[in-house]
Amino acid sequence: MLNIFCPHCGETRSEEEFHAHGQAHIVRPENPAECSDEEWGDYIFFRDNPRGIHHELWVHSGGCRKFFNATRHTVTYEIYETYKIGEKPSVTEASVAAAKASAQGVTA
Amino acid sequence: MQRYSGFGLFKHAFSHHENWQRMWRNPTPKPVYDVIIVGGGGHGLATAYYLAKVFGVKNVAVVEKGWLGGGNTARNTTIVRSNYLWDESAQLYEHAMKLWEGLSQDLNYNVMFSQRGVYNLCHTLQDMRDSERRVSANRLNGVDGELLDARQVAEEIPYLDCSKNTRYPIMGSTVQRRGGVARHDAVAWGYARAADALGVDLLQQTEVTGFRKENGVVIGVETNRGFIGGKRVGVVTAGNSGHMAKLAGFRLPLESHPLQALVSEPIKPVIDSVIMSNAVHGYISQSDKGDLVIGAGIDGWNGYGQRGSYPTIEHTLQAIVEMFPVLSRVRMNRQWGGIVDTSPDACPIISKTPVPNLFFNCGWGTGGFKATPGSGHVFAASLAKGEMHPLAKPFAMDRFHTGALIDEHGAAAVAH
Repeated sequence: MLNIFCPHCGETRSEEEFHAHGQAHIVRPENPAECSDEEWGDYIFFRDNPRGIHHELWVHSGGCRKFFNATRHTVTYEIYETYKIGEKPSVTEASVAAAKASAQGVTA
Repeated sequence: MQRYSGFGLFKHAFSHHENWQRMWRNPTPKPVYDVIIVGGGGHGLATAYYLAKVFGVKNVAVVEKGWLGGGNTARNTTIVRSNYLWDESAQLYEHAMKLWEGLSQDLNYNVMFSQRGVYNLCHTLQDMRDSERRVSANRLNGVDGELLDARQVAEEIPYLDCSKNTRYPIMGSTVQRRGGVARHDAVAWGYARAADALGVDLLQQTEVTGFRKENGVVIGVETNRGFIGGKRVGVVTAGNSGHMAKLAGFRLPLESHPLQALVSEPIKPVIDSVIMSNAVHGYISQSDKGDLVIGAGIDGWNGYGQRGSYPTIEHTLQAIVEMFPVLSRVRMNRQWGGIVDTSPDACPIISKTPVPNLFFNCGWGTGGFKATPGSGHVFAASLAKGEMHPLAKPFAMDRFHTGALIDEHGAAAVAH
């Protein structure tokens, strides 16, 4: 069971109130008519599907019905943060790798 | 390979069954193989077996990070059917069905394939129309199928709640009588044993950590046991295909999700077929051991953790109790999750990739087990020749660029 903090409601609620919509931060091509088949197919269908840190789109469908983003680990399922649309994630694959390296006393 | 037989069983009884031959070797990797299969599940082992048996490629390795058949092959609900709507998928799954029908003899291993019939229930008028269309399409493709009305369903499945008082009354059902179940572990073990006997090296505890390329062409795999050379590499890693593609340097149109299943305590025989419902959303059969094998949909979020959430289990059991009130007090024994790689059109990807000599067989999503023999056979043909088998061609990765999707979502009795 995931417990998810909705950044709009300001409350941590059970997973059942939410709906996942897959990878976040996918930018719609500005001029779809000018896209090649490859570009359009990539935009519609192809996903990163990482084993690790994943930025993903959620909607609080059983609550405020607003969309937001979450940074979640796809193996441990730990949710590092949730943030509103338009904001940037503070936890990324790079930041986690750096934190891990410093925890082990490795300096770059 | 020591052949299994009734006489052998009798003979080994005299030595207290202590002298059975090991089912497969535990070989040291050779420097170079003609074909490397990444992933030692049912599909990967079947691929290796057919490469050696049918296509004469015997210098083959199966590289598996854990143990054979320890992923989704061990975690599915063992349903086998081929009643898909579209021509491309009906032909592929029917190819598998024909191989299932002779598989135990072919492998000299009892895979306990039991053609007990698969019912797909209809709860709405639209369900009935779609099902009639699907049954007609199936018959045109040489796949057996029948459409039953509510009265016939009630006669054939007496413990199913077919009354008018339910929330989603049952209006009818399709049935594929050649469908059924098979013993999932036996499928992996049977293929592994038969492939090993033909000289295939099964390398367990060997995790692929990268693909080595020369001038953009793949020449082998990096593993935790060192580099293993391969003239062609076939990746059959189900839920981990996205990760493998990342290692190879490209993306796939896949998302990995947990799919959960559960079994009850063993009870006396009550369900003698496989019963699925898309609308109420659950499916159930009873194993030979007596436990009810139950499944439903995926957890909606991406995950690689081989476990899911409780709301999904609750949803699954709600559906089962809705259809079978008689089972409401049966206790569930075990519950687990497997990671399925779902594609946008609910059809697999059996394809060449942007990297020459690297082939992927993935995207089977929630329904790969039923296709194990067919998938292995067409993928083996493709790896042996370097060109995709005619049945595999429509399932190329480039369909997500050309738009030639095979839209089985909702069309094919797919219970996602």
